[in-house]
Amino acid sequence: MTDATLSAAPAAAPKPRASLLIADERTRKRNAAESRFRAYGLSAIGIALIALVVLLSSVLTDGIGAFRQTYLTLPVALDSARLDKNGNRDPEDIKKATTLTYGKLLDQAVQNTVAQQGIAIAGLTEKDVSDLVSKEASAQLRNRVIANPELIGQTVDARVLVNGRVDGYYKGRVSMDSAARDSNTSPAQLQLADALKDKGLLATQWNWSFLTNPDASDQRPEAAGVGVAILGSLYMMLVVLVLAVPIGVAASIYLEEFAPKNRLTDIIEVNISNLAAVPSIVFGILGLAAFINFAGLPQSAPIVGGLVLTLMTLPTIIIATRAALKAVPPSIRDAALGVGASKMQSVFHHVLPLAMPGILTGTIIGLAQALGETAPLLLIGMVAFVKNFPAAPPEGLFDPASALPVQVYNWTQRADPAFFERASGAIIVLLVFLLCMNILAIFLRRKFERRW
Amino acid sequence: MKCAKLAVSALAMLAASATVASARDQIQVAGSSTVLPYATIVAEAFGENTDFPTPVVESGGSSAGLKKFCEGVGENTIDIANASRPIKASEIEACQAAGVTDIMEVRIGYDGIVFASDIAGNDFQFTPADWFNALAAKVVKDGKVVDNTATKWNEIRADLPDQEILAFIPGTKHGTREVFEEKVIAEGCKESGAADVFKSELGEDAAGEACMALRTDGKSVDIDGDYTETLARIQSAKNGIGVFGLSFYENNTDKLKVATMAGVTPSTETIAKGEYPVSRPLFFYVKKAHIGEIQGLKEFVEFFVSDDLAGPEGPLAAYGLVADPELAATQEAVAGEAVLTN
Repeated sequence: MTDATLSAAPAAAPKPRASLLIADERTRKRNAAESRFRAYGLSAIGIALIALVVLLSSVLTDGIGAFRQTYLTLPVALDSARLDKNGNRDPEDIKKATTLTYGKLLDQAVQNTVAQQGIAIAGLTEKDVSDLVSKEASAQLRNRVIANPELIGQTVDARVLVNGRVDGYYKGRVSMDSAARDSNTSPAQLQLADALKDKGLLATQWNWSFLTNPDASDQRPEAAGVGVAILGSLYMMLVVLVLAVPIGVAASIYLEEFAPKNRLTDIIEVNISNLAAVPSIVFGILGLAAFINFAGLPQSAPIVGGLVLTLMTLPTIIIATRAALKAVPPSIRDAALGVGASKMQSVFHHVLPLAMPGILTGTIIGLAQALGETAPLLLIGMVAFVKNFPAAPPEGLFDPASALPVQVYNWTQRADPAFFERASGAIIVLLVFLLCMNILAIFLRRKFERRW
Repeated sequence: MKCAKLAVSALAMLAASATVASARDQIQVAGSSTVLPYATIVAEAFGENTDFPTPVVESGGSSAGLKKFCEGVGENTIDIANASRPIKASEIEACQAAGVTDIMEVRIGYDGIVFASDIAGNDFQFTPADWFNALAAKVVKDGKVVDNTATKWNEIRADLPDQEILAFIPGTKHGTREVFEEKVIAEGCKESGAADVFKSELGEDAAGEACMALRTDGKSVDIDGDYTETLARIQSAKNGIGVFGLSFYENNTDKLKVATMAGVTPSTETIAKGEYPVSRPLFFYVKKAHIGEIQGLKEFVEFFVSDDLAGPEGPLAAYGLVADPELAATQEAVAGEAVLTN
């Protein structure tokens, strides 16, 4: 601003010098060195920022689609001759109708809808029409009928998922050109979807089920969600919190406040620092040997994952807690002891509360680190396709579950490109969780921090 | 203090629940990443259509899966190992040493291995001999064994396109690599006549090795990851040619162009007829001792090989599995719980 006004001023004469100081050679050199250093610093931060922006924007553009999903609403005639042959609405009989039967009913329903709406598209095959509906739809319809057998014989409105390619078309992943080359869809199918959209039967909506659904098999990316993975991660974090925090804090209080300073405690100290640097896969090997093969705990269970991650997080928590305890000034301890408190009273009544913000921060950062860990889970069977939700804790801790980073890893390996979008969506969920934990850590530190 | 009490009670709760943890009620499967998509499709359908929970399916490769399988019998070991190759004698021995004696072998169908390049690139018509001459470390030129120096495909055979040789082949930990070596490289070695020259020049033993030795000058790149990595490599290096599973290619026909092998275009039909040369059977192995112990295990195995799933009209075929023409025999063997004999 000031530059602009200055240059706009009519003064053509040279500006008078503002300062009388004439910098000598050495001062100029020193100043130049400083400004060079500032430039290095700025460019370092700039590079980091650019990397962050590129990373975040690529993840966001790839993954935001996972939070929207295309649905088709259509009337389905639930033929009682097919679904309940004996006509007595016996739940056992109704269960005998498999998803294949329901798939056929849906086929019929979508063919009818297309005919009723008078949609005629050149080159549209019967397969294009029936493939429009996701294979997940038949399972959903079957569950709905089993839950409510009264529906048999009626015509119900069903809101069904459409297949991943058509869904991708509305998210920009699939185009008419790519559909022409694609063996799993065709331009005619996409035109059909467009026609149904014009009639108001097909819509792309916000997709809560991405957060609540379990994983789905390779044929139905549109139905896959991170529900089981979120629950599995939560269970593991619960185990880590319950085990690592008391053990870690107890260990560091003893080491910092009570233990004598000798060779042995020095060795323990060095070992703890070393453990913090051990690659996480090593803890996975240990977990397999100790918890599954020796202790006989089940495979793929969050309890084992939690135990392994506890071992991994302990050193981080111990180191952070010891640093927090060290930061409490000795005068606090001396004052407590001076008025007649026992050593234990001084620690638990005065030192520990003052060290709490540091301990909490360390714990949360340790948890965040554990949340993003995949390698140790590979060996204990958690990198798996898990469709059933684990039960509520404590029993649920022994049920198979997946974890968020594992879900990302699994989805990136799948053949259907729609899973790539899901993987990026899962990364976004993971990032949001990490962000929340870090914000909590900052908040707790700000709120309880004491300065001396 | 409160904190400590809370922690202690939580620990006690955990310990108590450890003792009440009931018997495992879901089937555990691990193994080949090629079989994984089929196994998940079946597991999902099994969970939907029966009262049993959905089986848990892990990947990790055929060898890793069979190793886990052979760790022993009991609830904390897996029930089924998926494999993209038959179990080896050494693995059966390892199994027996750990008490896994009765193993049921189930062949679910066939998988094709295809060669594909970027959709916008040149068309290729390969023969196994082309691949041998392009990728082998030593080739035969004018009756002499020389180092392979070819850099373009049209140096291998004049009617191949004028394009740099760059192949992304599966790494040695993959079952696919064995099939590639056996059905393409070794076959090409024989076909091109190089095998005979190797035999006379180097002797019987060294000839086999010379046939299999691939060049290490960067023309042939081992991919240790999955097909998604091979695809990503092709998308960044447009002149690369990758080795894929048929089902992966069929899911990505908008990005990849498939090459013919010995004049045959790979498809479920040509593989089923035995015309396309590069295919292999897919298996899974079941611990017979677990049938009856783990709920729903036999039902799952029967469900897997039923006509509705593994048949030519089933969802597995729709995903790219080549249905086994002898599926009925497999179904019978499963029903009778026939075990491997050695």
